[in-house]
Amino acid sequence: MSKDTGKGYISGISGPVVFAKGNQRLGMLEMVYVGHNRLVGEVISIDNDKAVIQVYESTTGLKINEPVESTGNPLSVNLGPGIIGEVFDGIQRPLHELVKKSGTLIEKGIFAPAPDNTKKWNVNILVKPGDDIHPGSIIAETEETASLMHKVMVPPGIRGKVTKVSTDGEYTIEDEIIEIDTGKGLEKISMLQKWPVKRGRPFAQRIPAYMPLVTGQRVIDMMFPLAKGGTAAIPGGFGTGKTMTQHQLAKWSDADIVVYIGCGERGNEIADVLESFPKLKDPRSGRSLMDRTVLIANTSNMPVAAREASIYTGITIAEYYRDMGYHVALMADSTSRWAEALREISGRLEEMPAEEGYPAYLPSRLSQFYERAGYVRNLNGTTGSISIIGAVSPQSNDFSEPVTQNTKRFTRCFWALDKSLAYSRHYPAINWTESYSEYINELSEWYEEKTDRHFREKRTRLLAILQEESRLMEIVKLIGKDVLPDSQKLTLEVAKVIRVGFLQQNAFHENDTFVPIEKQYRMLNIMLYLSERTDDLVKKGIPVSVIVESGLFNKISQMKYTIPNDDLSGIDDLKSEIDEFYNRITLKYSNTGGRNQT
Amino acid sequence: MKLEYLDLYEIKGPLVILEGIEGASYEELVEITLESGERRTGRVIKMDEDICVVQVFEGTSDISLKNARTWFSGNVLRLPLSGEILGRIFDGKGSPTDGLGAIYPDSRKDINGLPINPVSRKYPRNFIQTGISSIDGLSTLIRGQKLPIFSGSGLPHNELAVQIVRQARITDEDNSKFAIVFAAIGVKSDVADYFTRSFKESGVLEKVVMFQNLADDPVVERITTPRCALTAAEYLAFEKGMHVLVIMTDMTSYSEGLREISSSLEEIPSRKGFPGYLYSDLASMYERAGIIEGKEGSITQIPILTMPNDDITHPVPDLTAYITEGQLVLDRELAQKGVHPPVSILMSLSRLMKDSIGEGFTREDHPDIANQLFASYAKVQEVRALASVIGEDELSEIDRRYMDFGKAFEDRFIKQLHDENRDMNKTLELGWTLVSGLPREELDRIKPEILDKYYDEKGSGGF
Repeated sequence: MSKDTGKGYISGISGPVVFAKGNQRLGMLEMVYVGHNRLVGEVISIDNDKAVIQVYESTTGLKINEPVESTGNPLSVNLGPGIIGEVFDGIQRPLHELVKKSGTLIEKGIFAPAPDNTKKWNVNILVKPGDDIHPGSIIAETEETASLMHKVMVPPGIRGKVTKVSTDGEYTIEDEIIEIDTGKGLEKISMLQKWPVKRGRPFAQRIPAYMPLVTGQRVIDMMFPLAKGGTAAIPGGFGTGKTMTQHQLAKWSDADIVVYIGCGERGNEIADVLESFPKLKDPRSGRSLMDRTVLIANTSNMPVAAREASIYTGITIAEYYRDMGYHVALMADSTSRWAEALREISGRLEEMPAEEGYPAYLPSRLSQFYERAGYVRNLNGTTGSISIIGAVSPQSNDFSEPVTQNTKRFTRCFWALDKSLAYSRHYPAINWTESYSEYINELSEWYEEKTDRHFREKRTRLLAILQEESRLMEIVKLIGKDVLPDSQKLTLEVAKVIRVGFLQQNAFHENDTFVPIEKQYRMLNIMLYLSERTDDLVKKGIPVSVIVESGLFNKISQMKYTIPNDDLSGIDDLKSEIDEFYNRITLKYSNTGGRNQT
Repeated sequence: MKLEYLDLYEIKGPLVILEGIEGASYEELVEITLESGERRTGRVIKMDEDICVVQVFEGTSDISLKNARTWFSGNVLRLPLSGEILGRIFDGKGSPTDGLGAIYPDSRKDINGLPINPVSRKYPRNFIQTGISSIDGLSTLIRGQKLPIFSGSGLPHNELAVQIVRQARITDEDNSKFAIVFAAIGVKSDVADYFTRSFKESGVLEKVVMFQNLADDPVVERITTPRCALTAAEYLAFEKGMHVLVIMTDMTSYSEGLREISSSLEEIPSRKGFPGYLYSDLASMYERAGIIEGKEGSITQIPILTMPNDDITHPVPDLTAYITEGQLVLDRELAQKGVHPPVSILMSLSRLMKDSIGEGFTREDHPDIANQLFASYAKVQEVRALASVIGEDELSEIDRRYMDFGKAFEDRFIKQLHDENRDMNKTLELGWTLVSGLPREELDRIKPEILDKYYDEKGSGGF
C-alpha cells in the first residue's frame, strides 16, 4: 500500500515528541517509523521542512540523524474477524502476542499483526457472481465468537459487480474471498480492511434514539437512563467508583459488543477485567462476557502518545461493529487521562495553552469524539448504535475544571459521582440531585411499553421524595430531627428506604449486581406504595415511631437481597404485608381513639 | 572510541547545554570532568539539532563554560545489581555510600524500567496482615498493591510505616523471601536515621536495600532515587523471587524536584507550577508495583507523601490517588485526640480489598462488617455536625448512641499501641463488638444471614 517511502532524519527530541527534517512529503497525521528501532509515530504538525512527530513508544536511546521513514498512510486500525475477545494497546498491537515476542515487559519497537492473520475462519459467502455491491454491503459471514456473527462488509468507497466468489470454507483475513468489477478494473476483496482512526466511518443517516441501554443498575435505568446511541459522562474524584461503575456497565449492559478502553489507568484494573470477565456470563446469551468484549489497554505507564491514540482506536473498532448492525457500548476510562495526554504533547510543542495548561483545541477534540456516538442507519441498510460512556477524573474533585465542563457540553447524560456517598460506601455513588439524563423524554415510550403508563409519574414521585429529603436534611443539620412534624419524619424514613434499598446496589451480591427492568420497576412501585400507605397512617395520627418499629421499612430495604431476580412472587407478599399492617394499625388506633395515642 | 567535548554553551540551574554534539542519544548518561578532576554525571534530557541539554545530578556549582570536559557514555543510566545489594546503602543514582565497596553486578538494568504488559499481570489477591485494625479491617493491604500514606507535617506517617514493616505478615508463606527497599527522597537525615534504626531494632536490616537522597543532596538525584529503588525491587522480586515492600518517602519532595527541573527547562506549567506530565511521570513509578504471571515474587509499594497545608486536593496527592490503588489518609484531628495511628477511616480506601477479603480469603463476614463500620462511622460524623449546632443534650436517643459508638470506635478500634499486633480475627471481633452496641435495624449494610450469625443481640458494645 505504501506509495512513498521517502526518508527523513531526526533533528530533535523532547520526551515523546520528535522533530524530523529532510522529507517535505510527510503529510499531516501520516504514520511514520522513527529510528533504527522503527518506533511507530504520527505527524502532528509541519513547519516548513520540519515535521513534528509524536512517538507511540519510549524515545529513550534515540539519536539525532536516525532515519524517519514515511508510510504514506494515516494511522489506521485493521478491521476484520479476530478483534473480539482480544486485548490491544493504544495503537492496536495485540498484547497477548507481544508477550510471546518480548515476554512480560513491553520492549521497544516490537510489532505483531492484528487481528491474527494466520487464523482460519469458517466463512460463509453470501453473494454470487453478478450481484451489485456497494460500500457496506454484507458479502460474507463468519462466527467470530460463540455469541457473535461477524459480517464481512465491502469497505467504504468500493462498489461494482461481483465477478468471482470463492466457495464457502476456511480463509484467513488476508485471503481474497470475492472479486469485483468496479468499472475501472477488477478488485479483490478480503475480510481485512483498514480505516484511519481519526476519521469517522460513514453511515447513511442518524435515527433518533428510542431505546435505552439497559444496564441492570437501578439508579441508571430507572432514574437517569442512557439511550442506545447516546453519550454519558461519569465524573468523579478518586475513590468514588468510576472504574467500578464502568466495569458494572461493561458487564451487564444489553449491548451486543462492549469496547472497553483503559486509557491511562491502572494495570491491575486490566488484570481484574481479564480475570473476571471470562468467568461471567452475558445475561442475554449465557456465554462468556469476553465473547462480546474488546479491551484497549494503554495503562498510565505506557507511552503517553499511544494513550491519545487509544480513544480513536477504540471508537473506530466500535464503528466497524456498528456498521454490521450491532449495538455497541464503548466505555472510556478515563477521558481525563486522554485530555492530559493532549496537554502533555501540546506542552512539548510549546503551544499557547488555554485553560489550566490544556490546549485550546480540547473542546473540539472532545466534541469530535462524542459525536461519533449515535443510533444510525448503516450504508447496508441495517441499524446499529454506539453509546459512549466516558469517565472523567476531575482534578481535585473540582467539577468546574475544563475537562468536566467541556464533557458536560457534549454528553446528554451526567452521572455525577459523589465523594460523600463514596465515603459512606454508598455505591454506585451517583448523586441523585446533581445527575441528569436528557434522554428521559425520548425513552418514555419504550419504558411505558415495558412497565406501564405511570412510569414517568412514578419516577418523578421518587425523585420528589429524595428532593424533599435533601431539603429536610438541611433543616435537620441545624436543629435536629426531633422537631420535625411526623409527616416529615416519615419522608425521611421513606427516603432512607429508597436510598438504601433502591439506589444503593451491591455489585458483589448475586441478586443485586444486575437487576432486570421488571424487578426494578416493581421495587420502585412497592416503595412508593409503602410511602403512600404509611403517609395515610400518619395523617390518621399514628406516630411514626409505631410505623418504624414494625420492621416493615427494613424488610423492604432488604428486598434487593431477599427476592431473587427469577422469582418476583415475594414482592406480592410484601405488598400484602403492607396492607395487613395498615389494616391492623388502623383498626387498633380507631378502637382506641387515634390521634390521642402517643 | 567516544569523543570528549570541551567547553559548554550555557549553564542554567541544574542544566548544562552543549553545542556541536554528534551521535548523542536521548536520555544517555554523560560524565563531566572538571579541571579539579572532580567527576559529575548527568543525563541528556533534550536534543535539538546539534544542541544537547544535560541534567547534572550533582548540581552545577563550580562548573564554568570553560572548565569542563564532557564525555558521552553511549548508555542510559543503569543500576548494577546482584544479590549482594541486600543490607547495603546507596545514593540516589545507585552508587554505594556505606564504604563497603562497589557491587559486583550480575546484571545492569535501565533504571527507567519497561512497562509491564497489562495482560501479564496477575491480579493481586493475597492480603498482608499488618496487625493494625484500621488497615486490616477497613483498608486491607494486598500483596502487589500500591497503597500510599497521605500525611501532613508533624503527623506520625514514619511511625506507621515502621509499624507496618515490623508487623507485616503474609499468612500463607514463610518470611525468608521478604525484602524491603527503602527510598529516602529529599528527607531529613534524622528521618532516614529513624528508619535505619527501626529496621535494625526489628532485625530486618540485612533484608533492606536503602537509597538515600537527603534534603541537602542534589535535586536532580531526587528524580533517579525512586527509579533506582524500583529497579532494585524489580530485580529482587522478579529475578530472585522475593516479596518486596518498597517504601518511598517523600513523594512531595520528588514532585517538587521534578517541578524545579521543568521550570529550568522553561516548560509550560500546569497546576501549581507542576509540569503537565506529572501524572505520567508518577505513574511510571507507581505502576511498577504488582505481580507478574509466571514469576514468584511481588512488589508492594507504600509511598509516603506529605500534603502541603494538609490539602488533599494539592496536585501531588490528587494525582497520586488517581494512580494508586487507594490511599491511607492520616488525620490531624485524630492525632490531636491521641489516637494512634490517626487513620482517617472515611477518606482511606483500599481498592483491591474488594476481591481479596471475605470467604476463602479472610472471613465471610469481613466485607459486610467493614461496610457497616464505614457507614455507621459516616453517620457518626453527621451526628457530630448536628451536635455542634444544637448541643449534645438535644440529640435524640439513637443519635446519642451514635455519638458513643463513634468515641468507642476511635478509642478501641482505630487506636492501638505502637507495638500492638492484632490478628485479623481479633480485628473483626472488635468490629462486631462495636456494632452490636447499635440497634439491629440500624445495620443496613449487612446481609440478614450474616447478621443472624454474628450480631450479638444482647451486646452493649461496651459503651
